[in-house]
Amino acid sequence: MLDDFLTRAVLAGLGLVLATGSLGSFVVWRRMAYFGDSTAHAAILGVALSFVFSLPIYLGTLGVAVAMALIVAQLTARGQSMDTVLGVLAHSALALGLVGVSFVPSLRTGLDAFLFGDILAVSRADLAWIWGGAALVLGLLVWRWQRLVTASVNEELAMAAGIDPARERLILSLALALVVAIAIRIVGALLISAMLIVPAAAARGFAATPEQMAGSATAIGVIAVLGGLWASLWLDTPAGSSIVAISAVIYAFSLVLCRK
Amino acid sequence: MRDLIRAADLSVSHAGADLPVLNHVDFHIRPAEIVTVVGPNGSGKSTLVRALLGHVALSSGRVERAPGLRIGYVPQRVHIERAMPMTVRRFLSLPRRVGDAQAAAALQRTGVPGLDARQITQLSGGQFQRVLLARALLADPQLLVLDEPTQGLDQPGIVAFYKLIEEVRAETRAAVLMVSHDLLVVMRASDRVVCLNGHVCCEGTPQAVSAAPAYRAMFGAESQGTLALYQHHHDHDHDHVAAGHVHGPACAQTH
Repeated sequence: MLDDFLTRAVLAGLGLVLATGSLGSFVVWRRMAYFGDSTAHAAILGVALSFVFSLPIYLGTLGVAVAMALIVAQLTARGQSMDTVLGVLAHSALALGLVGVSFVPSLRTGLDAFLFGDILAVSRADLAWIWGGAALVLGLLVWRWQRLVTASVNEELAMAAGIDPARERLILSLALALVVAIAIRIVGALLISAMLIVPAAAARGFAATPEQMAGSATAIGVIAVLGGLWASLWLDTPAGSSIVAISAVIYAFSLVLCRK
Repeated sequence: MRDLIRAADLSVSHAGADLPVLNHVDFHIRPAEIVTVVGPNGSGKSTLVRALLGHVALSSGRVERAPGLRIGYVPQRVHIERAMPMTVRRFLSLPRRVGDAQAAAALQRTGVPGLDARQITQLSGGQFQRVLLARALLADPQLLVLDEPTQGLDQPGIVAFYKLIEEVRAETRAAVLMVSHDLLVVMRASDRVVCLNGHVCCEGTPQAVSAAPAYRAMFGAESQGTLALYQHHHDHDHDHVAAGHVHGPACAQTH
């Protein structure tokens, strides 16, 4: 069954939305959209480093994304503005990554696959990384759910209950780094935050509680993956972009359906 | 009786600021006591509360909390992102899940029964403050800490909220520590008032504080009102003071 490239693509997409539905909801609630974008752009440096040192792509991107999350946490704790820190780090890492890529002849022509993703080319090994990473992210979120939601509602309330908001923030950043690493093969660095934000934003209109929003976002993600791959197959459109485009259409419908 | 919280020689400085926000402050609160902290903007009221709760680093002094002290906290200006769907019922289960019956009872107690299914963002300011109080009560607190709980409420709303606090105290025997701007109402509702401006300017019974020169210097004309309150009403008319200063819209009378 896994021999079929389309089956593998569907499984890869479903694995990804398993993590992005819930994590994306936190990204929307905590206004981390720019953070997600920055981490994804920085991942290009990870791709270049993986090629230079012959590491698996996932290790290189994960390493850079985690380093980015830790440095951002450090610098913002020292009073630097989040916006500025992200702008500096994301673009520096992207620029360094592009410079690095120029030293890897084989990557010069293949960079597109990491900017825009190539879900139709995922291998069995990719699937193992994607499902392993997604399960880890989802497990982390379920385990700390009450603490994460409380800290996202109000940090003072969280602190009074003995929750350390800085720690929960760091956990979300690390989960985000993990998602960036597994998503780069699927939708590419440029569209990773779309997978996080668009389904969650579409789910907002249908949800009365945080749990309903995370669940709806996951369901919308599933529809987008299946619809996007179907469109890609029959209309010969790029798969990753089609998945995001379907999410955007669902978002537009949610605005009309749930007008309050 | 033993203090619930006792703080001695408390100083707190913010990073990059020249002067400490709190300067050698002593503080204590006993069981079932209502203590209100008043002071101008920037006087360190909220910082004092956060230091007592252990949310900020101290540059000197120490805070002792009674072992196992259960605190119900209503922070200043809780803002819930519109992007986050949140019913009142779900909010009451943060961070500790509570049963439906318990949640309904807490809402009943704070005068907002039946709001369970409403979205937090659709509540009025007064309703939201009562929901926050209900959430704080679910911890079965020995001490309620309320930071500017009446911000954004109109005068009748403020009076009603303090009345509710007194009822809750009478029923649960929880001590109450409040930060407030509402001098007139505070003076009626508190057992003890601490007047803060970086340091403790004066403290004592409302009557003693409203007559203290430091208090009058700090609040100027407004303090005349509270003093007048005691001279004209407080000693003679206990039953009506709670509503004594709510006037109709046409009333131009000043105190």
